[in-house]
Amino acid sequence: MSDPYGDRGNKDRSITKGGSSTLQAGRYSGQPGPAASDEPFLIGSAMTGGYGKGPDILHDCTIAVEKGEIAVIVGPNGAGKSTAMKAVFGMLDLRGGDVRLDGESIASLSPQARVVKGMGFVPQTQNIFTTMTVEENLEMGAFIRKDDFRGTMEQVYDLFPILKEKRRQKAGELSGGQRQQVAVGRALMTRPKVLMLDEPTAGVSPIVMDELFDRIIEVARTGIPILMVEQNARQALEIADKGYVLVQGCNAHSGTGQDLLADPEVRRSFLGG
Amino acid sequence: MSDGLRNSLLFGAVALLIVGAGVIQGANTALLIVNMGLISAIMAIGVNLQWGFAGLFNIGVMGFVALGGLAAVLIAMPPTTEAWAAGGLGVIVALLLGAATVVLAVLVRLRMPKGPLRLLAMLVILIGGFFLYRSVFDPATSAVEAVNPAGTGYLGGLGLPVIIGWPVGGLLAAGAAWLVGKTALGLRSDYLAIATLGIAEITISVLKNEDWLARGVKNVVGLPRPVPYEVDLQASEGFVQAAADFGMDPVIASALVVKLAYAALFTAVLVVVLVGAQLALKSPWGRMMRAIRDNETAAEAMGKDVTRRHLQIFVLGSAVVGVAGAMMTTLDAQLTPGTYQPLRFTFLIWVMVIVGGSGNNFGSVLGGFLIWFLWVEVEPMGHVLMSLVTSGMADDSAIKANLLDSAAHMRMLTMGLVLLLVLRFFPRGLIPEK
Amino acid sequence: MDALNALVALTNFVIVPAVAYGSQLALGALGVTLVYGILRFSNFAHGDTMAFGAMIVVLVTWGLQGAGVSIDPLPTALLAIPFGILGTIVLVLITDRLVYRFYRAQKAKPVILVIVSMGVMFIMNGIVRFIIGPGDQRFADGERFIVSARDFKEWSGLAEPLAIRTTQGITVVTAVIVVALLFWFLGRTRTGKSMRAYSDNEDLALLSGINPERVVMVTWIIVAALATIAGTLYGLDKSFKPFVYFQLLLPIFASAIVGGLGNPLGAIAGGYLIAFAEVAITYPLKKVLGYLLPESLAPDGLVQLLSTDYKFAVSFVILLIVLLFKPTGLFDGRAH
Repeated sequence: MSDPYGDRGNKDRSITKGGSSTLQAGRYSGQPGPAASDEPFLIGSAMTGGYGKGPDILHDCTIAVEKGEIAVIVGPNGAGKSTAMKAVFGMLDLRGGDVRLDGESIASLSPQARVVKGMGFVPQTQNIFTTMTVEENLEMGAFIRKDDFRGTMEQVYDLFPILKEKRRQKAGELSGGQRQQVAVGRALMTRPKVLMLDEPTAGVSPIVMDELFDRIIEVARTGIPILMVEQNARQALEIADKGYVLVQGCNAHSGTGQDLLADPEVRRSFLGG
Repeated sequence: MSDGLRNSLLFGAVALLIVGAGVIQGANTALLIVNMGLISAIMAIGVNLQWGFAGLFNIGVMGFVALGGLAAVLIAMPPTTEAWAAGGLGVIVALLLGAATVVLAVLVRLRMPKGPLRLLAMLVILIGGFFLYRSVFDPATSAVEAVNPAGTGYLGGLGLPVIIGWPVGGLLAAGAAWLVGKTALGLRSDYLAIATLGIAEITISVLKNEDWLARGVKNVVGLPRPVPYEVDLQASEGFVQAAADFGMDPVIASALVVKLAYAALFTAVLVVVLVGAQLALKSPWGRMMRAIRDNETAAEAMGKDVTRRHLQIFVLGSAVVGVAGAMMTTLDAQLTPGTYQPLRFTFLIWVMVIVGGSGNNFGSVLGGFLIWFLWVEVEPMGHVLMSLVTSGMADDSAIKANLLDSAAHMRMLTMGLVLLLVLRFFPRGLIPEK
Repeated sequence: MDALNALVALTNFVIVPAVAYGSQLALGALGVTLVYGILRFSNFAHGDTMAFGAMIVVLVTWGLQGAGVSIDPLPTALLAIPFGILGTIVLVLITDRLVYRFYRAQKAKPVILVIVSMGVMFIMNGIVRFIIGPGDQRFADGERFIVSARDFKEWSGLAEPLAIRTTQGITVVTAVIVVALLFWFLGRTRTGKSMRAYSDNEDLALLSGINPERVVMVTWIIVAALATIAGTLYGLDKSFKPFVYFQLLLPIFASAIVGGLGNPLGAIAGGYLIAFAEVAITYPLKKVLGYLLPESLAPDGLVQLLSTDYKFAVSFVILLIVLLFKPTGLFDGRAH
């Protein structure tokens, strides 16, 4: 067997606990380009790379979000949408391109270090502490802050009133939409300079989806730029200032949300006409 | 260096260690190590079948070893006729009653519709059956245990040649493993570790407590041997003559010959087990087993009955351990339930498998010999070391006395150290899986 | 009167010992469950960690007794516990640094850590025997009884005696204090919450900036304290013998699993459940039934359901029943 510290297929969960960390900092081996003064607030430019020693999934892919904007990444299944976002967040081995936040290259930082730099990230699944109360989830979100975070918590409660109501309840007992609100709230607790959401509406009903999009717009109105991966392309593009259509790890189309919705090729190829 | 050469060197090194012990401490000691090394190697192969081939985490090795030992007693000891007359029938009836209770409860569980009524029926059957069983069992066992308690006090065995006890030990262990596996593997594959740990403790409790079965902590001693007795050899003129021809004292020669005879028997078993395990490993069955181990989900998706395969190899591995357990009891010529401890009979075997190389049968053999050698020799080596360390101290120094005494506990430290060092620096063992 | 006598007999022989034993199991199971929750493996070395902690307490107690220090009527060992905890903390932190940390960095599978903990078990076992020997050690002193059998009989006028040993009382009081402290820590402090978060969702905890090495260190410190206290209480109540602690592993694991591995509350409930079952099933009920049943029905035998040597079987059967019917344990562990 190639992995001496593998488990020989052992599934003995009575003596071991699954679910250890899968979060790994990617390695950066590209050349940071010169910072342009008028570039977007957060940009992953010309990113090329894949997981570990695996094949490249992204090819010269560029994703950016401006201050005060919502940018969405859409595309068919397996297009590398989530991968592109993880690359921006540093969970991928980049072999080319650069990631810059507010003009500073952060391509060599670990995901944790990027959180400290001001990036908020909401994973697609397992994005809350299910056994902890809603309030404790928010507290954990603010773990890196040394100052008083009660004001931020009030702001989160203002944005998501349902969370205030359920703040003493275990987060795992909430409904799907409410859990996503906890997840976004947790990420907001660091007062991020940019918020990244990986398919925030995966697996929720259409009504809840609409409500979640409303909340996301509200978050954006507080001035936090949002970069989001979405399965529901049409609804997402409707609220997007900027849209990126990825196909097989490459930028296929980009433009404002409205432009893309109007683009006949985009409509035909994957908005369903 | 080719793998073959490397492995030969490793085996050669261990052989050299044992020969060295023979030169320093006498051939008798070396042969003792060889004999237990052979048994350890077989046990290690059994565990390797389960862990190395299938990734099953069995930490109840001790229980299967003890069951093998019980089989040797039940086959080889002469029957106690008076005890059979006094309570043999009662014991058998009671055991049948107990079995019937369990079967009935299982039937109720399977046949009756789910609900409080079913639970009630099961409870009534189980509790009623328990008391019924005890009411027949208790007087019968008391009667059995009252028959000459100092000498027998148990039902005795069948009085057959002890070698028959070896395969029977395997069967007994296999039966127990089937029960454990059926419960723990059948429902979900998760609980094997803790189930085996528990079943081993229970097996030992039964052996310690059920005096009618194998005299409990009073021990069964003097098991008949498969090889000649020293005194008989010494009484034989031909043997004394032959020993004299070799220029040996007949007493020493007889001790060596007896041990060599055991070694020959054990080697034969080891060869059979090793060849069988190697053939199994290379057979389609063995390849499938490893495929399941490396990717259970994929194997399941391909339509392999993972639980069934796991049950097969679990039973097989346990049977091998049981055979080795019977061999060990034969070598000791006694069954002493009080001495069965998990550190010695479960975890030590694990050290052998891991150090030798998980998944490699030859590794298990090497690990069996090497670790057994260390287990035996660390204590005298510790004594030598401690004598050196304390040589400068005053003879009445308390520290000196303590250090000299504590040499006896060096083996635990050494085993732990060896295991950790191998895991760290040779995580795949001395002879890695191919 | 008979009913009262029966109750007293039951209290004396079942309830009091089971509560004390249950407290010891619960403290042991808490240690196991914490390691499982944070480090994600079953620590086979836990029994021997308990033995090590208790050993230091025994040695320091002897030293204190030799120096004439005493807190009579309480046992001197209570004074020695902090030293035992400190020693054990040093031991487990060194072990973590030298052994476990390497495998964390390698992202070794949990079952490898279980095997590693076997090696640690051997070494700790060896160290304890090396230092104090394999024999039985007595170190309890102070007043033996809170309620002695004779006093109780005189006071109540009942035929049945009731005795509560000091060690039993201390065990229960200490366990309550320790558990309260632990729950306050886990539920109210920032570090405690970060431990729960790490146990719940490691990736998200890392994203939230929780330092895993710190969480692991704090866990080991708490586990060392729990193990020392549990080991000392058990040693005070029964006696100190290194091998016994290894044998406690099965009931301790059973307690932790029955309650739901990774769940502290479950570990406590499991501890008492196992203890009560063990004591009740292996206790001869003759006396109790003799008072309750009319004379004609009074049992002849001891009415002992199982001989005391089968207590392991009891923990195991309970474990099996719970696993068959509620695989995640009574309190929903985080095992699956």
